[in-house]
Amino acid sequence: MQTNFTLAQLADPHVAESEQILRRCVHCGFCTATCPTYVTLGNELDSPRGRIYLIKDMLENGRPADEEVVTHIDRCLSCLACVTTCPSGVDYMHLVDHARIHIENTYRRPLVDRLIRNLLAAVLPYPARFRAALALAKLGRPFAPLLKRVQVLKPLWAMLDLAPKSVAGISGSAAPGTHAPEIEKRGRVAILSGCAQPVLDPGINDATLRLLARFGIEVVVPEGEGCCGALVHHMGREEQALDFARRNVDIWTREIDNGGLDAIIITASGCGTTIKDYGHMLRLDPAYAEKAARISNLAKDITEYLSTLDLPRLEPKRLNVAYHSACSMQHGQKITMAPKNLLKAAGFTVRDPGEGHLCCGSAGTYNILQPEISAQLKARKVRNIEATKADVIATGNIGCITQIASGTAIPILHTVELLDWAYGGPKPENIPAR
Amino acid sequence: MADTISFLKPRDAVLSRRAAIIADLTELLPPECLVHEARELVPFETDAFVSYRRLPLAVALPKTTAQVAAVMKYCHRYGIPVVPRGAGTSLSGGAIPQEDAVVLGLSKMSRILEVDYANRTATVQAGVTNLNISEAVGVDGFFYAPDPSSQLACTIGGNIGMNSGGAHCLKYGVTTNNLLGVKMVLVDGTVIELGGKHLDAAGYDLLGLVCGSEGQLGIVTEAVVRLIAKPEGARPVLFGFDTSEHAGACVADIIGSGIIPVAIEFMDKPAIEICEAFAHAGYPLDVEALLIVEVEGSEAEMEAMLKAIVEIAGRHGVKTVRESQSATEAALIWKGRKSAFGATGRIADYICMDGTVPLGKLSYVLNKTSEIVDRFGLRVANVFHAGDGNMHPLILFNANDPEDAARAEEAGNEILKLCVDAGGCLTGEHGVGIEKRDLMRHQYSEADLNQQMAVRYAFDEGWILNPSKVFPLDGRPAA
Repeated sequence: MQTNFTLAQLADPHVAESEQILRRCVHCGFCTATCPTYVTLGNELDSPRGRIYLIKDMLENGRPADEEVVTHIDRCLSCLACVTTCPSGVDYMHLVDHARIHIENTYRRPLVDRLIRNLLAAVLPYPARFRAALALAKLGRPFAPLLKRVQVLKPLWAMLDLAPKSVAGISGSAAPGTHAPEIEKRGRVAILSGCAQPVLDPGINDATLRLLARFGIEVVVPEGEGCCGALVHHMGREEQALDFARRNVDIWTREIDNGGLDAIIITASGCGTTIKDYGHMLRLDPAYAEKAARISNLAKDITEYLSTLDLPRLEPKRLNVAYHSACSMQHGQKITMAPKNLLKAAGFTVRDPGEGHLCCGSAGTYNILQPEISAQLKARKVRNIEATKADVIATGNIGCITQIASGTAIPILHTVELLDWAYGGPKPENIPAR
Repeated sequence: MADTISFLKPRDAVLSRRAAIIADLTELLPPECLVHEARELVPFETDAFVSYRRLPLAVALPKTTAQVAAVMKYCHRYGIPVVPRGAGTSLSGGAIPQEDAVVLGLSKMSRILEVDYANRTATVQAGVTNLNISEAVGVDGFFYAPDPSSQLACTIGGNIGMNSGGAHCLKYGVTTNNLLGVKMVLVDGTVIELGGKHLDAAGYDLLGLVCGSEGQLGIVTEAVVRLIAKPEGARPVLFGFDTSEHAGACVADIIGSGIIPVAIEFMDKPAIEICEAFAHAGYPLDVEALLIVEVEGSEAEMEAMLKAIVEIAGRHGVKTVRESQSATEAALIWKGRKSAFGATGRIADYICMDGTVPLGKLSYVLNKTSEIVDRFGLRVANVFHAGDGNMHPLILFNANDPEDAARAEEAGNEILKLCVDAGGCLTGEHGVGIEKRDLMRHQYSEADLNQQMAVRYAFDEGWILNPSKVFPLDGRPAA
């Protein structure tokens, strides 16, 4: 569609990129249909097309963000279902990234909102702080009902509600070092140990290390790896996000130079989407642009990488698995068949829940910052999953695991945990007996 | 912004009362159902006919028929124009508002109220999407037949307003042939029901009148639609030709021989390239024109029909014939076709024409269309429902170049006149909206138009419902 930017505005590379994105949109409206917030709220302002228009209006007029625009952009889950749907290839992801940076730079949020965001940004990306915070959450839990009643404090209630009742111990899989393969070595990869995942569920990377070792892959957990930056990136805190990205790029580049890497394995698809975007995020930084692009090319979801290893086909098991495709998996990284094919090859019966394109409402910190919409999406997701009458749910993202687990009695596991079990690993403890 | 098509002058009496009107609407609707902040009105200023834009006065998003009725009653009392809106996917500007209008959006009314297999009907709210109906009954082996390419997003209310068609309407008919009843709010807030679960109703066929009335006779809030059992099997087949003339003549021959496939869709080379880039459906890229012919039924029925079609295509020098080999492949073939308009955004801005011509004139009109577009120095991609002669030339242009945009509009008007002169009509399924409004006199005599306006007048004598649309702005009876 038509755009109205001055040459001076277009001199800003962020604006220039957004202008190109906007030019692709033909305002057909297809994206509205698959947007979780539009199907929940029924208001164009809470649809991709509505947000694109709000962003366009704000940027063209060179205006600071205001309460109205912020409300609707904040409600966006960044699930990117719209990107999958869009026939004309509108790069909504980078447009909304730009809008979030613009908001962060030009809009002063109300005090409580600001404090909660600062708290999340200061705690979640750091495993030690996050672990301590979860211990504190136990003390806070009795106050949860009180917090729920005050609108602006609802995010605090949501945090307490989501915090696991018990916290696992520190696992060896997060410690830096090299894990040797059990058979003759046929590959070498690095693994992202991550920030929130090793605290919430260290079993995921434990299973990954065992499985890869069994198939001859040497796995290195590099010293100094940190959060991928997704969390602050989605808050529009670009400098902080780029710092995280640069640090990881440096560390993985060192590993490439020292022993070579076939891939950088990511077991949380939310992080995968961001790391695969490092090349874009750092494109304006001459010192990092090339290195970051190389890292993005090497980044692979664990199921993507496993698909290249030709795992043997196993006898069918009598276990029905509902596969929940995380948004960052299916929309962010366009990985749709690999996890299901791996599960099928390992003998599981895979079922696809209805409305599989819709987000479960987890979306990073969305279930904390937008608890009401998130709860509606969770209920809808659980309804669709339970309709499959599956014995267990498999997915590839820790956020979805935490979110969905809080709404159903069906056990939920990371895809790689089921695969590890099928290929000789220990049986996950919450698998139903058959 | 393009400015060839004008809108009615906003009513001063309405504009000057803006604050009071919003205060009154606040009383009638819950807070989440009313949009009135200046910033938030901007995304409602247009639909998929994005060259034209007008900010509305406010946007009402009611959740119930009672709320729709309350808003209508209020607007009627004060002479405030009302522009109904479904998903805002109109290609003719049917949902574009104006400065003195309240947009009445049905997007919060999106529930399926009842599915009745014994009577083969579904009762739905007007804001439900077309595809949602088919998805809801698909597991039980049924579907709702009319399938506009925008069926993923467009609403049944909008389909009724425009009497929408789609690829599969060749066999099953358009919206009006699949609509059994509506609940509708009249201009003064009165709620009426037309039709029902039966095939015909006593008295005048007002339902037929409402279907295609572009939101000018009332606001449909619920609909009863016909459900159809899915065929045993369905298979799209690709037929590639060296020239558009051959493909066009082949279509006329298939229909002329008495064969009615479910769909016959046409794509020319530019359209094939655009759709392939998005859907990776495996369309042949080495042909000038492509027909997607879908047959359905039992294996034997499909075989027999295909055999006859292949024979006819052979007489027209068909170059490639390829049957889809799997359900996935068939789905991709349709995904590419149905995303054609949006996918065009990958290479240019476009306006989409909707003229319908007698099948014998397809090749002639395609040739003339190319000539017209060439003369204006523009490009065109053709992708359309060939089986019922409903053409969709997409005129490509650069929206950031005002001269280019004006040329595209002018070329479009010439193409539509060409369709009428060839014995066809201005619009097959997208509606008149604002886009074709000023061409209505090319299609109709003064007496024809006056009779249509008299009907409109009988429903809405104050001309407040979607007032800038359908009829040329001059020569209307006084409100």
